[in-house]
Amino acid sequence: MAKLSNFNLRDKGAAIWTGWSRPVRTVFVLSVVTLVGLLPFAAAWGPTSFLNTPITSFENVLVYPVGMFVLMALGLNIVVGKSGLLDLGYIAFFAIGAYSQAILSTLHGWNTWQILPFGILFAMFSGLLLGLPALRLRGDYLAIITLGFGEIVRIVFLNLSVTGGPNGIAGIPNPPTIFGFEFNLTYPEHFFWLVFAMILLVIWMIRRFTVRRPGRAWEAIRQDEDVAALMGVNTLVYKLWSFVIGAAVAGAAGVIYASKVMVISPDMFKFDVSILILACVVFGGIGNIWGVVLGAGILAYLPERIRFISDARQVIFGLVLIIMMNLRPDGLLPRKKREKIQEKRTM
Amino acid sequence: MVDMNFSVITTQFWSLILQGLALGLIYSLVSLGYTMVYGVLRLINFANSEVFMLGTFAVLWIEINFLGHPINAEPLTGFKLVYTLVIALVGSMIACAVIAVLVEFVAYRRLRSRGAGRLASLISAIGVSIFLLESMRMFTESRPQTAPRLLDKWTFGEIAGANFRIDTMLAIVAPIIIFVILDQFVNRSRLGKAIRAVSMSEENAKLMGIDINRVISLTFLIGGLTTGAAAFLYTTVYENTVFNVGFNMGIAAFTAAVLGGIGNIRGAFYGGLALGMLEQFSSAILGSQWKAVTVFVVLVLILLFKPSGLFGEAVQQTRT
Repeated sequence: MAKLSNFNLRDKGAAIWTGWSRPVRTVFVLSVVTLVGLLPFAAAWGPTSFLNTPITSFENVLVYPVGMFVLMALGLNIVVGKSGLLDLGYIAFFAIGAYSQAILSTLHGWNTWQILPFGILFAMFSGLLLGLPALRLRGDYLAIITLGFGEIVRIVFLNLSVTGGPNGIAGIPNPPTIFGFEFNLTYPEHFFWLVFAMILLVIWMIRRFTVRRPGRAWEAIRQDEDVAALMGVNTLVYKLWSFVIGAAVAGAAGVIYASKVMVISPDMFKFDVSILILACVVFGGIGNIWGVVLGAGILAYLPERIRFISDARQVIFGLVLIIMMNLRPDGLLPRKKREKIQEKRTM
Repeated sequence: MVDMNFSVITTQFWSLILQGLALGLIYSLVSLGYTMVYGVLRLINFANSEVFMLGTFAVLWIEINFLGHPINAEPLTGFKLVYTLVIALVGSMIACAVIAVLVEFVAYRRLRSRGAGRLASLISAIGVSIFLLESMRMFTESRPQTAPRLLDKWTFGEIAGANFRIDTMLAIVAPIIIFVILDQFVNRSRLGKAIRAVSMSEENAKLMGIDINRVISLTFLIGGLTTGAAAFLYTTVYENTVFNVGFNMGIAAFTAAVLGGIGNIRGAFYGGLALGMLEQFSSAILGSQWKAVTVFVVLVLILLFKPSGLFGEAVQQTRT
């Protein structure tokens, strides 16, 4: 058992990656992107039909929950994984993005591409509003405040008339055709490619941040906030940035989600979903992009795949969480060992 | 949109105070399950809400199956009533204590012995929570369950509009007794001293020969006992339960713990009271749909000006 938990796939992978020359890397990245891009067709392809999930088709499952969860887990990873802030109400930003799309499209007739920047802005602004008071507090209080914020946002959407109350908003239009890609029920794979493109963009963004000043500041804050402040890092500003960027990712995901499902209601944005996304991050390997992607992929897909056992699936989901965390407390693909030294004390 | 109705403050003031006391003290008891564990482990004991949920079902099981009172049973009187209530209370406390200790064993112990991060323990506890919740959902087929009315809701009388009903009074008196006992236990007894020692410094406590694992089990046990008492009072006052009853209770109790200063036992008491009052008054004034919003806004404001809660983390100092 000890061997299993000490085996660090991420370090092995990083070693292989650094050993490669530039063209080899390019070929590898391009082939992975192509393979993932072809995923929607995998269900139709002979022997892999076991991928199909009982209720929704595989292509749709790839968009929601899988793609959306990967996207949101990546966004939450910036907050929880990179700068070590426990956010239990992350779904609120997703809800704000989704309701921006719903309200602006049904009441003002805007299309998804026009709304997208505004949805992101609204989410960022609410992240700022929440972060300014909350990020001054110690970690554990941040958890309860973000949890409260998630509930407040849901309750506000539930009780206002402009958001349709408990019935939510129906008749949200699909995004209009762009670059020759139609977005409607016939082509779920187009939605998947859109989400996939967003995921790639976010991964690229996080990787750039990690090697630059914000990434180093987040790392310092996560390891020891007092020391970081002592070294001249403006901790509040960088914590706010990680919060706001995380919110932006969820906001963007929310806009696309609303335009895909066309009907949204407050009970889609419950506390459980925040927890589920957090579980994706920790399950996969907190702080490590590839771990988070893998974790979110598994935790989003698994409950859909085992839907045939209906009620028991959530029970099994709980069991999987317990067993996995006990076997690999650092997640499936943990972050690099040298980044972990201080973790016991700070997380 | 938001209708404010301030007249209720004058017309129902004492009634709201009484309801707030009863609700708040139930919150206080559950919040001990969070605050005790947080005191020694610095962990949010996420599964405590499900311990409460199982406690309410334990009360139902004891009253209906074990003692054989059907759902439409006549209210009991005299010795039989006292006997039934005591059995249900003790049974629920024991059930919750056993479950809480088991939760610690399954979700936390192994991870702790390996020095895993706090988030890993949190997710593991969430796993336990989902497992218990969904098992109960399957078992009850999502149907709310009604408790038999064994305690006739007679009233001592009305004073200034406040109805001193027997179950409300029970929900006020019983928690106060439990809190006095617990406070004395933690501050006076040898085991209580061990708990305080572990919460101040685990390393030093270990050096002084304290069995850390035993102390941690003990805190889960105590948290379970008080949560069980809360489950009994809740079922007696509200006379029904459902598989997800723990969710709102858990959030409220955790908020109460933070409000009073998490890790602080007396803080949990006052935090619960404050929260209960706040909920009663805000739902009377703004309507119950805005209850959670008011509570959280007040919580944020209090934490902004008093970052370690109303009463600070006095009993167990923050570990550095």
